Amino acid sequence: MEEVKEKVISIPRIGEPAPDFEAVTSHGVLKLEDYKGSWLVLFSHPADFTPVCTTEFIAFAEIYPELQKRGTELLGLSIDSVSSHIAWARNIEEKTGVKIPFPIIADLSKEVSTRYGMIHPEQSKTETVRCVFIIDDKQIIRTILYYPLTTGRNMQEILRIIDALQTTDQHKVATPANWKPGDMVVVPPPNTQEMAEERVKQGYDCVDWYLCKKKL
Amino acid sequence: MACIGSDGKPTISGIKVLRTLISGTNSPEEIAKGSGLPLFRVRSGLRQMGEAGLVSRGDDMYTITGKGKSLI
Repeated sequence: MEEVKEKVISIPRIGEPAPDFEAVTSHGVLKLEDYKGSWLVLFSHPADFTPVCTTEFIAFAEIYPELQKRGTELLGLSIDSVSSHIAWARNIEEKTGVKIPFPIIADLSKEVSTRYGMIHPEQSKTETVRCVFIIDDKQIIRTILYYPLTTGRNMQEILRIIDALQTTDQHKVATPANWKPGDMVVVPPPNTQEMAEERVKQGYDCVDWYLCKKKL
Repeated sequence: MACIGSDGKPTISGIKVLRTLISGTNSPEEIAKGSGLPLFRVRSGLRQMGEAGLVSRGDDMYTITGKGKSLI
């Protein structure tokens, strides 16, 4: 009986360096290292000229100025050609007036999508699912989101996550459920009993010693 | 959006990058600020124009070459 060998590819995880790539895009050849010093939202979509993806591209274009305020760039990807990407972006602008300002990887070889675990064969063997990789300015993966083919992404959540991560980095705090900029943040839990006792004297808003919040 | 067109000449983005280098040697960050282009575009453009001999690189600083000057 012939042995079937399957190549095992590990999917990137939060905290790991983002897998390197050099890819043909609608803005020319780009490498991951071109984004050093900026945050990057790398996202995949199933296919050009499809309805849910079109609504998402319009929505991504609409939040692009907000992303830029956060030092963040956008980079799309699908298993389509550059010509298809260009034609679709032009079609979106012609039909809706929305210009697509960010590059889109033409991953016909599936090299980048495989490296990032963007193809989920039970959903589709020929299309990428709706992935979002939030990569920080040091090119570390900070967030991974997966959405099925049928569900369009929530742009406000992507912005909220970037705000939360950048707030965490800047102030060494965590953010509670449904946090949004301006809300109180969570003070890291104490590591010692002494720190726990000190904490109650520091004027934080505490439910108990392990859950304290403060204003920034 | 590449910095060199299929005819081998700098595109509008390429010319923006080259013009910021006329005044002297610059880092990609300074070129991005001077040209108004995103940093990733500047980096990919400098790589492309370096291969075409329009800019030269020393460490992470770039200078326009004679060939680059002749094309703007």
